[in-house]
Amino acid sequence: MAVSNYKWIRVVQSVFSHVFLIFVALTCLFPLLWMLRSSLMTNETIFIDKALIPQTLHFNNFYLAWTQGKFGVYFLNSIIYTASAVFAIIVIASLAAYAFSRLQFPGKNFFFYLFLAAMMIPLPGSFVPLVVLMNKLHLANTRIGYILCMINVGLSLSIYILKTFFDKMPSALEDAARIDGCSKLGIWFHVALPLARPAIAVVVIFNTLNIWNEYILATLLLNHEHLMPLQRGLMVYQGAYSVDYPMLMAGLSITAAPVVLVYLFMQKHIIKGLSEGATAG
Amino acid sequence: MKRILPVVLAVFLLAGCSPLIEQKDTITIWHWMTDRQDAFTRLAQQYEQKTGVKVRFELYAPSDIYSRKIVAAAQARALPDIFGILGEKKRLALFVESGFVADLTDEFEKNDALWEKSFFEKALNVNRFEPDNAYKVKPGIYGVPLDVTNIQMLYNEELFVKAGIKEPPETFDQFLENIAVLNRLGIDGFVSGWGENWMIDCFSSIYALNIMGEEKVMATYRGEVSYTDEDWIKVLSLFKTMRDHKALVPGIVTKGNKYAEQDFALGRAAFAFNGSWCVNVYDKMNPALQYKVMLPPRVDPDVPMQIWGGAGSSFVVNQTAGNRQRIIDFLKWLTGKEQQVFLSQETKNLPSNREALSEIPDVLLQFAKAMDITTHPSLWPYNESPLVTEAFCKGIQAIIIGEATPEKVATDVQRLKEREMKRERQ
Amino acid sequence: MRVASVKNPSAVNIKDLFGNYLFILPAVLIFSLFYVYPFFEIFYLSLYEWNGISTTRHFIGLGNFFEIMQDKVWWMSVWHAAYITLIALTFQNALAFALALSCDRDIRMRRFYRFVFYLPPVLSEVVVGLIWRWILSASMQGGEPVGLLNYFLTKAHLYHLMRDWLSDPRTALTSIAIVHSWKGFGWGFIILLAGLQTIDRQLYEAARVDGASSLSILKNITIPMMVPVFIMVMILTILGSMQVFVLVLSMVGQGLVYHTEVPVTRILDSMIGTSRFGYACAQGIVFGGILVVGSFILHKFSKKVRQE
Repeated sequence: MAVSNYKWIRVVQSVFSHVFLIFVALTCLFPLLWMLRSSLMTNETIFIDKALIPQTLHFNNFYLAWTQGKFGVYFLNSIIYTASAVFAIIVIASLAAYAFSRLQFPGKNFFFYLFLAAMMIPLPGSFVPLVVLMNKLHLANTRIGYILCMINVGLSLSIYILKTFFDKMPSALEDAARIDGCSKLGIWFHVALPLARPAIAVVVIFNTLNIWNEYILATLLLNHEHLMPLQRGLMVYQGAYSVDYPMLMAGLSITAAPVVLVYLFMQKHIIKGLSEGATAG
Repeated sequence: MKRILPVVLAVFLLAGCSPLIEQKDTITIWHWMTDRQDAFTRLAQQYEQKTGVKVRFELYAPSDIYSRKIVAAAQARALPDIFGILGEKKRLALFVESGFVADLTDEFEKNDALWEKSFFEKALNVNRFEPDNAYKVKPGIYGVPLDVTNIQMLYNEELFVKAGIKEPPETFDQFLENIAVLNRLGIDGFVSGWGENWMIDCFSSIYALNIMGEEKVMATYRGEVSYTDEDWIKVLSLFKTMRDHKALVPGIVTKGNKYAEQDFALGRAAFAFNGSWCVNVYDKMNPALQYKVMLPPRVDPDVPMQIWGGAGSSFVVNQTAGNRQRIIDFLKWLTGKEQQVFLSQETKNLPSNREALSEIPDVLLQFAKAMDITTHPSLWPYNESPLVTEAFCKGIQAIIIGEATPEKVATDVQRLKEREMKRERQ
Repeated sequence: MRVASVKNPSAVNIKDLFGNYLFILPAVLIFSLFYVYPFFEIFYLSLYEWNGISTTRHFIGLGNFFEIMQDKVWWMSVWHAAYITLIALTFQNALAFALALSCDRDIRMRRFYRFVFYLPPVLSEVVVGLIWRWILSASMQGGEPVGLLNYFLTKAHLYHLMRDWLSDPRTALTSIAIVHSWKGFGWGFIILLAGLQTIDRQLYEAARVDGASSLSILKNITIPMMVPVFIMVMILTILGSMQVFVLVLSMVGQGLVYHTEVPVTRILDSMIGTSRFGYACAQGIVFGGILVVGSFILHKFSKKVRQE
C-alpha cells in the first residue's frame, strides 16, 4: 500500500514538473520559430500573415543576406575575433584564476579585488580614451587591436567564475601531482584545467556570446568593411528609417546558429564533468 | 584540433597585423545612412571612372554609435575627410569652434554663388551661421546638404471613405470631429512615434509657432517668457485635448517611429504624423496602402501652419584634411543635378538640389511642395537647452498618460529652465 | 586555498614567488592598458564640465558629483534598475534553479530542455523586443486586441485586467523586469547546472540509502554545497540587471516619461543626447560605486551565511 502510494506521488510530481518544463520550453522556442518563419517571408506579409508556416517560403533571403548583405565576409571575421579572443581569455584567465585560488604571493588579494572591481564598474565613457589610445599605439583599425580589447572585456568576469570553481574543487589530485614532481605550470595544465572543464565550458559559452554579439567597440575601432564582424550586417538591416524585417530575421538566424552550436558542443563538457567526476570520486 | 588552433589563429593575427596600405589620394567619407550606402557606393564607382579619384563611403550604424565614433575620432584626431554631424545645431557649432570643420563659404560663393544657388535655401541655412549668432561661431556656411526632409501629417484614404470623411481637416476642431466619427466605427485616430522625444518636440514646436508666433517662442528660449505663460499652457493642453478625445492610439508614448509606421501602414490608425522618409517605409511594408499628405490642422485658423523641415542630412569637410580642392570637387559633383536625381530615385529622399525636383517620384512631390513653409530649430536664432527640451517632451508624455496636468508640466519645466539659465551664466 | 594554508609561508622562496606572479602577469598587463588607463582618464574627465567635443575643458572639481546627488531623475533610474534586479534575483534565479535541478536529474528529454533554455540569452534583443511588444501590445484592429495577452484576457472575459501594459506606469517597469528575467534565466541555468554537476553523486546515493527524502537531500546536501555558486549567480545577476538597457530601448524606446529610465540610458543620454560628457563620466563612476557597494554587501552577507 505504502509503496504504491509513494509511486503515485512520484507520478503526479513528474507530470507537474514536465508540464512546467514544457511550458517554459515553449516560451523559449516560440521566438526562435517566429524568427525563422519571418526570415522566409517578405516585408509585406511579415506582419499580416498570421500563419506560423508561410505559404511561400523565400529561402532567397538567406542567400541575399550572405552575398549582398556581406554576411559571408562578416561571418569569417566574427569567427576570427571570437575564436582568438575566447582562446586567449581561457588561457590568461585560467592562469590568473588558478594563481588567485591556489598560489601564495603578496598583493594577491589586492589584484583579485582589482579584477572584481573592474567586473563591477562599467565605464560607458571609456570609449573615448580607448580610441585615443588605440590610435597612439597604431592598433586602431586592426584585427589585433580589436581582439585585445575583447580579451580585456571578458577577462575579469572569467577570472571570477574560474576562481569560484577552482576554490570549490578538491585539491587532492594536485597534491599528488606535486609530490610526483610536477611543476606548477604542469599542474595547472594537466590537473587543474581538465578538472575545471565544466567551468571552462561555462566561460567559453559566456564569452562566445558576448564577443559574438559585440558591435559598439567594433564600430568605434574598425573602419574597413572587410574587418567588420557580423553584428555590423545586422545593424545595416535595421536602418535609421526603415527596417528590412525578413532580411534582418535571416541575418539574425545566421548569426544565432554558431552560438547555439558552440553551446551544444560545450554543454556536453558541463555534463561530462558530472559522469567523470562521479566515476573518479 | 587543439594543436592546429593556435597555428590557425597566429596566421589570422599576422594577417590582421600587416599594416593596411592606406591610399593617400582616397577620399574617405563616414556616414550613418544605412538606406543610402548602396547608392553612394555606385556613385563613388562612377566618380572614379570619370575622374580617377577614389572615394570610399564608410557606413557606421546605428546613428547613436555613429555619433560616438565621431566624438572619439575627434579626440583622437582621426576624423575622415568628409563626415556628418548628427544632433542639434549646437553640436555643429562645437565642432566648428574646436577647429574640426572647414568653412566652405568661399566655395559656395564662387562664380556668383553658383553652388549656393543650386540648393533649397532652407537646406543650406541649416549649416549656416549668421553674423552675431548665439553660438558665437564665425559666420559662414559649414556643411553641404545632401537631401531635404519635412514632417507633415498623412491620412489613410480607405479609412476616410469608410467613415464618410470627404476632405482632410484644416483646423484642429475639424480634426477632433473626424476623430470622433472614426472612433464610433472602432477606428483609431492618430499615430506617431512619440516614444522618441524629437517627434514630440517636432509636433509641439510647430503648434507653439502656430499659437504664439516665432517671436514669443524665441523669447521663451532666451528666458524672457515663462513656460507658465498661457500660450504655452495652450500648447500643452493640446495633448490633453487629444487624450480626452481619445484621438491617440493606445501605447503611443512608448512607440518608436518604426512601430508607429507599422501601425499606419497596416491601417490601424487614420492619421499619422511623420516625415518624408515614410514614403519609402510605407511602400516597403504595404505597397497597397492608399494615403495622402496633409498639413497638420491649424489651432489658430488665421495663422498659416509652419512645419519642421530642412536638410535631412549634411556632410562637413575635415578642417585638417589635405587636398581640400579635390574633396570640394567631389561634393560639388555629388550634389549636382544628375547625382541628386539618382539618389532621390534610388532612396526615395527629397533631393537638396532644387533642379532635381522635376524628375522625382510623385508622392515625394507632395512633400516637396511644402518646403517653402518649413522651419527648423537649426534655422532659429536661439535653441532651447536640450535638458529643457527633454523635460518638456517627457512632460507631454505624462500629460498623455494622464499623470500630470499641463499646468504642472509648465511649472516643472520652467523651474528646470531657470536652473539651466543660472548654470549658463556661471 | 587549502593547500596554500597548509604550506609553511617561509618555504616560499624568491624564485617561486616570481613564478607565481607570472601566472597573473598577462592578465594584469592587458588589464592595466585597457581598463586601468581608461578608468583614470574617465575619473579625470568627471572633474570637468566638458561637452565631449571642445578642445577646452572647464574644471569644476566635484561639481558634477554634487549635481548627481541632487539629480532626481538619476536616482529614480537607479531605483528602477534596483527594482528590475530584485525581480531578477528572486523570480529569475528561482526559475533558473528549479530548471537546473530538473535537468540535473534523470528526466526524459533533458537534452532538449538544456538546449531550449539557453535560447533566450542567444536571441537578439531585437527579436525579443518585437515579440514581447506584440504580446503586450494594446493596439486594436477590427475591434479585437492585437496583443496576445489582452486577446486572451478578452477570451477569458477578464476585461478589467486588460491594459496598455508598456505605457501604463503601474505595469511598464514590471513588464520589462519580467521579460528581462525571462531572457536572462538561461545564464543562471547554465552556471547552476555546472555547479550541480560538480557535486559528488555518491553523497546523494549515501543519503538515499540512509532513507533521506528528496527534500532533505536538497536542504542538507545540494543547497549547502551550492552556496558559492549561488553567490556568484547572484552577483552576476546584480551586475547584469543593474546595467540593463538594450532591452529597455527595444521595448519602450526612449521611455515612458521617466518611469522606465535606467542608469545606462541616463549616462548615454548625458554623453551624446545633452552633450555633457564630463557629467556622464561622473555618473558612470557613481554607478560603478553603487555596484561595488551592492556586491560587497552581498559578499559580506554570504560569508555570514556560510559561517552559520
